[in-house]
Amino acid sequence: MAKKLMKGCEAVAEAAIQAGCRFFFGYPITPQNDIPEYMSARLPKVGGCFLQAESEVAAINMVYGASGSGARVMTSSSSPGVSLKMEGISYLAAAELPCVIVNMMRGGPGLGSIQASQGDYFQTTKGGGHGDYHVIALAPSSVQEAIDLMQDAFDLADVYRTPVMMLADGIIGQMMEPVEFHPAESKRVLPEKTWAAKGWDAASGRPRAIINSLYIETEELQELNDRLQARYDAIKANETRCELYNCDNAEIILTAYGTISRICKSAIALAAQEGIKVGLVRPITIWPFPTQEVHDVICAPNVKAALNVEVSAGQMLEDVRLAVNGEKTVEFLGRPGSFVPTAEDILNRIKEMRRA
Amino acid sequence: MATIFKKTPVLTDTIMHYCPGCGHGIVHRLVAEVIDELGIADRAIGVVPVGCAVFGYKYFNIDVMEAAHGRAPAVATGIKRVHPDSIVFTYQGDGDLASIGAAEIVHAAHRGEKITTIFINNAIYGMTGGQMAPTTLVGQKTTTSPYGRDKDHCGSPIRVAEMLATINGAAYIERTAVNSTANIIKTKRAIKNAFAAQMERKGFSLVEVLSNCPTNWGMSAVESMEWLEQNMIPYYPLGVKKEV
Repeated sequence: MAKKLMKGCEAVAEAAIQAGCRFFFGYPITPQNDIPEYMSARLPKVGGCFLQAESEVAAINMVYGASGSGARVMTSSSSPGVSLKMEGISYLAAAELPCVIVNMMRGGPGLGSIQASQGDYFQTTKGGGHGDYHVIALAPSSVQEAIDLMQDAFDLADVYRTPVMMLADGIIGQMMEPVEFHPAESKRVLPEKTWAAKGWDAASGRPRAIINSLYIETEELQELNDRLQARYDAIKANETRCELYNCDNAEIILTAYGTISRICKSAIALAAQEGIKVGLVRPITIWPFPTQEVHDVICAPNVKAALNVEVSAGQMLEDVRLAVNGEKTVEFLGRPGSFVPTAEDILNRIKEMRRA
Repeated sequence: MATIFKKTPVLTDTIMHYCPGCGHGIVHRLVAEVIDELGIADRAIGVVPVGCAVFGYKYFNIDVMEAAHGRAPAVATGIKRVHPDSIVFTYQGDGDLASIGAAEIVHAAHRGEKITTIFINNAIYGMTGGQMAPTTLVGQKTTTSPYGRDKDHCGSPIRVAEMLATINGAAYIERTAVNSTANIIKTKRAIKNAFAAQMERKGFSLVEVLSNCPTNWGMSAVESMEWLEQNMIPYYPLGVKKEV
C-alpha cells in the first residue's frame, strides 16, 4: 500500500476506525481537535456514531455507557481535558470496561500552553483518578507508530477489560508524516462480551448485565481489587514493551519516550561522529514500565551513567531511578512546560557527563 | 381463584434498603410495572444514580448500569447511541440530577436524547445524611442549612421540570407526587407517557416525582406526606409542563 502524508491526529482517528472503533464521544481542546473533527466526518459513513459532548466529563461517561453496551469506543483530549476525564477513567477501570483514551499532551500545569509537553506522565501511569487502578499506557514516537499501536490498543482493552491510554504529545498530534495503513488484523483471541448490557431476555440463559463499581461490603470490594491486581500482574508479565537502540557497548544510555526519543536518536548520531557510543532505552508501554529492561541495559558493566530526557520536571525519571535502584547514576535533562531540548543540548550534556 | 394482584417480574425479590415510609419503593414499583405493561422488559436498560437509589441495580430485574454522581444522562446517551432500539431510562435524585449533574441533564434534553428520566425530588440529600439540595425549600432545615435555607445566601429552590420544559429537545415533561393514592396513579400514567414518548422517538422525556424523606425530614411517614402536600406542592406545581 502506498504511503501518504497524514497529520498525526487524523492518522490516529483513521487507525481507530480501521481497528473497529465505531463510537466516539469528545469535546474540543487544542491540540487534538483534528481527532473529533475527523471522526465527525468519517464515523457516520461507516455505520458509527460521533457525538460532541457538553464536556469532557460527559464524554468519558458516554464512553462508559457505550463500552458497557459492548461497543468499541474511544475518546480523545489534551491535558486539561484529560484531568476532567479522570473521575470517569477510575469508574471505567473499576467497572472493568474496555475503551481507548488518547491524550495529545500540552504544556501545564493549569491551562498551560498549547505546545507539546510530557507533563502528564504521572497522571497517566500513577493513577490520575482515585483508587488502586492502572491503565495500559502506550507512548508512540511517530505518527506511523501511533497507527501501528492503535489496533492493539483496542485489543488490549478487550482482552484485559481495561481502559487503554495512548499518551502522545502535541507534536505527534499536529505533525504530518508519511504513513501507511496495514489491513487491520487482530493478533489476539478476543473474548466475547457476555457481560455487556443490551437488553435482557430472561429466557436467554445469560445472567442479567450489571455494570457497576459499587462494592459496599469490604469483602466484595477486596474481591474486585484482588481481581484487578491479578490482571495488572498479568499485564506487566505479558505486555511490557520497549525499544533498545544502539545499546550494545554504549558508555552512556539515554532514556526517553515519545517524540523526544527521536531527538535522542539524533543526539546519538551526533555523538557517534565524535566517537562517543550512546544508546537509548525507549519505553513503548510507560505502564507497565519496562523496569527489567531499563535496569539490565543501564546496569551493564560498560555503561558509565544514564541520562533521562523529558519535556517535564522529571517524571519518568522516577521510574528509571527505581529500576536502576542506585546501581548507576541517572541524570536528568528537561524542563517543565513546552521547551523541547535539541539534539545539541543532549550532546552537550553527554559530553559534560563524560568529563565528570 | 382469580389473581387480583401480583408483583411485577421487572422487580427482583431482593428486599429494598429504603427507610420505612420512603417514596422510592413506590416509584420503583411504578417504573417496573410500566416497563412490564409496555412489554419492553427485554430491551429496557436502566441507569441508576449515586444517592439513595444507588442500589437500583439490585431491584430492577433488567440490564442496569450504575453511573458516577450526576452522570447518568451521559451514560444513558452512550447506551442509547449503541443500542438505538433499546429503551433507556435514568433514575436520579435531586442532589444527583439538579446539583452535580445539572449539565448532563440539561444537555441530554438539549440533544433531544431519546431517553426517559425518572427524577425523585424530595428536597434533600438522603443517602449522605440530609444535607441541603438545590431543591430544598426556603427556610427548610437540613444538616447543612441548620438555621433554615436562606435565599440570600444560597438562592431559591430550582424548578427542574419547568426549566427543562423550555428546551426544544424535551418531548414530555411532567411533575407528579406520591403523597396520595390518586397522585400515585397519576404518577404511573406520567411514567407511561414518558416511556411512550421515547418509544415513539419524540425526544427527551422526564417525570419529576415529588417524594418524601421521613428520616432526614425528621418526621413520621404520615407527617412527611402531609408536609409534602402543604409545602412542596405549592412551590412545585403538579402537571404536564411539556408535551410534543
